Amino acid sequence: MPHKAPYSFLWLQAASCGGCSAAALGSDPSFLDGGTPRLNPLAHQAVSEECGAEFTQILNAVLDGGLVLDGLLVEGAVLNGPNGTGQFQMAPGMGRPMNRLIADLAEKARHVVAVGSCAAFGGVVAGLGSRTQAVGLQYDGGEAGGLLGAGWRSKSGLPVVNVAGCAPHPGWIVETLLLLADGALAPNDLDSFQRPSFFADHLAHHGCNRNEYYEYKASAHDPSQQGCLMENLGCRATQAPGDCNRRRWNGAGSCTNAGYACIACTVPGFASSADPFLETPKLAGIPVGLPVDMPKAWFVALAALSKSATPSRVRRNATESRIAVPPDSRSRKPK
Amino acid sequence: MTRLIVGPFNRVEGDLEIRLEIKDGRVQEAFVTAPLFRDFEHLMEGRFPLDALVIAPRICGICSVAQSAASALALADSARLVMPPNGRAAFNLLQALENAADHLVHFSLFFMPDFARRFYEGRPWHEKAVARFKAQQGEMARRAAAARTRLFAAIGLLAGKWPHTLALQPGGTTKPIDQSERIRLMEIVGEFRRFLESEIFAANLERVAALATQSELAELKRGDFGLFLSIADDLDLWRLGRSPAPLMSCGAFPGLEGEAHLFASGLWRNGAREALDLARISEDVSRAWLQGGQPLHPSRGTSQPEADKPDGYSWSKAPRLDGRPVEVGALARQVLAGQPLVRAMFAEFGSTVATRVAARLIELARLTVQMEIWVGALDPRQPFCVPFAAIDGGQGVGLAEAARGSLGHWLSIERGKISRYQVIAPTTWNFSPRDGQSLPGPVEAALVGTKVEAGEASPLAVQHVVRSFDPCMACTVH
Repeated sequence: MPHKAPYSFLWLQAASCGGCSAAALGSDPSFLDGGTPRLNPLAHQAVSEECGAEFTQILNAVLDGGLVLDGLLVEGAVLNGPNGTGQFQMAPGMGRPMNRLIADLAEKARHVVAVGSCAAFGGVVAGLGSRTQAVGLQYDGGEAGGLLGAGWRSKSGLPVVNVAGCAPHPGWIVETLLLLADGALAPNDLDSFQRPSFFADHLAHHGCNRNEYYEYKASAHDPSQQGCLMENLGCRATQAPGDCNRRRWNGAGSCTNAGYACIACTVPGFASSADPFLETPKLAGIPVGLPVDMPKAWFVALAALSKSATPSRVRRNATESRIAVPPDSRSRKPK
Repeated sequence: MTRLIVGPFNRVEGDLEIRLEIKDGRVQEAFVTAPLFRDFEHLMEGRFPLDALVIAPRICGICSVAQSAASALALADSARLVMPPNGRAAFNLLQALENAADHLVHFSLFFMPDFARRFYEGRPWHEKAVARFKAQQGEMARRAAAARTRLFAAIGLLAGKWPHTLALQPGGTTKPIDQSERIRLMEIVGEFRRFLESEIFAANLERVAALATQSELAELKRGDFGLFLSIADDLDLWRLGRSPAPLMSCGAFPGLEGEAHLFASGLWRNGAREALDLARISEDVSRAWLQGGQPLHPSRGTSQPEADKPDGYSWSKAPRLDGRPVEVGALARQVLAGQPLVRAMFAEFGSTVATRVAARLIELARLTVQMEIWVGALDPRQPFCVPFAAIDGGQGVGLAEAARGSLGHWLSIERGKISRYQVIAPTTWNFSPRDGQSLPGPVEAALVGTKVEAGEASPLAVQHVVRSFDPCMACTVH
């Protein structure tokens, strides 16, 4: 492979919890510490040696064109409040609102990446009851616009790349960067919300280890039970983009594997509904949020059918916290 | 008198700016500004009680497990629900895993890299510090991050996703651990122990945990801990950045059957432990960009922004106990827990850069030893969780010791919805602004007298003092 200059990036924390950085610190390959030579961190608030004036010098060098910037990464929502002043987040040591600083830096970067659902869509900070005029870089919830505007394009011609998730999987972050560094991420490699399709074209449901319970609609009633979490406990994995159950988190886990609902944290506005997160909204006993692409009548018919066909083993285990009835392995050989 | 505005502070979590008034080469006065307001407490109002488990952890992506735990415990308290022993063990483990990882990251990635800076070129320990800890280059930058990633496989087994898990519930944890997972947990914690024993301490963890005297410590001057001790002696970090505030801990890691905390709660004042009375806590907003008059107990507190308040200089409130600032964190925890060396160091030097950092490392050893015990206590045949039913009205308090100190959530429920949610985070205590009595917060006080060399735009000694508290600004203003 031909040698390419390392891809330089700058990571800024807007109105964030720091969770995307905390996730990124565990990526494989590691990149915040210069672990992969392909990616060159110019500055990151949590790991850079530079502090105070030395750090703002780096930002200023990018702004005045003296320092070439490949990727601007932003973590956290952009706060435009109160009353459009941006005063809810002033850039420390710079005496100006963070929203203006981000907008100026975005013009200088070859690519702009929103790391996490806050930077992408506003996320929890822009959720139900928000008073901070929080938006994402190029979306306000599910509406195109946000800080930079719907038609905005970075120097490369790409719109903002939305590595959604709260927090996103570390692999989504580092792989997006490596693809950008490789020049391999084109506009049609992004989905309709500008999320890289390599993770967004899957559903969090894919690879869920509760699959048999899902198939038979054998549902858990309380946390720590083994059954499917969709019918009662609020799981939105059949509607949520993400390959969470295919690649797994922290080496071993995922939300559904650990026994709690997928809250669809990669979806714009996931925290904007007044519905409870951990209960399934239902109408006439049927979950309102059906799997994507599934006609309601078919879902209802299939669910009724599969419920009536549920093996007693699956029905029993669904409400137990461990296998109460193992599969009968003695009765016949696999054919 | 000259004025210096220092910020952004890198290698701290979140946004921080400090104004220094300097006279004769020393800090005369310091003013700590938390420049970000996200309004989290308000975001929880009007929501269903269990929704707090989704919103609260997102206050902080560094200590999201601690936020989760405090939230789940506040809900459990409101319903007077008691979790089974496995649930307690899993809660303890998850919090200990996160705290241990935070301590390691703080030491290796945030605090030590400052001693690898060119400023210290020529010091006898400088070359070693560069090789081990230079930011983004030193061998420990990568090794510590890798050890943390490996350790977090234990969080993967116990809680799935991190940050922002929903595994911690009022009635216990959602993930029952089976035989094979329990044995894998044992291996993961064991591997972390070996990492600490070979890299950081070059000694057996039990020996570190049991250190009692300065002379025993002197014998253990090896590994990265030893490097730190040499630096602390050479630069006299034992006397730098002394905070005069009493120490507070809300108690960490309850016994699995509900017995006393492993690390006792209390207030350490005038060389003795006093019981902690939560009713004596109040939050003062005199210098915060928030509306309000008299200091209020968090069960009655509000958080209404007022961006142009004339006397304001931070979005952070000023929490006080009996109207006075207190310091929280690993030093406070280990003094109150009676760790003999930490008590002795505190008696001799008080809370300073070196004692705060040393206490954190000793706690790291203690936590890791203890994690093995909790993994051993997990019983795959017994329940991990009991069902929770939210109450229609009432109040609850949830307390946790995050890596950086005491975390409290105060919640009220009315007509089935959250009507009030107030959080006091560790760094809110330590990095509080002045209050109505003009009493500075612990860090503001600790910075007074710190040396500033001519021409320094971001004085390094000031940075040592600030980082020795391991601030988490994301938590501070929520």
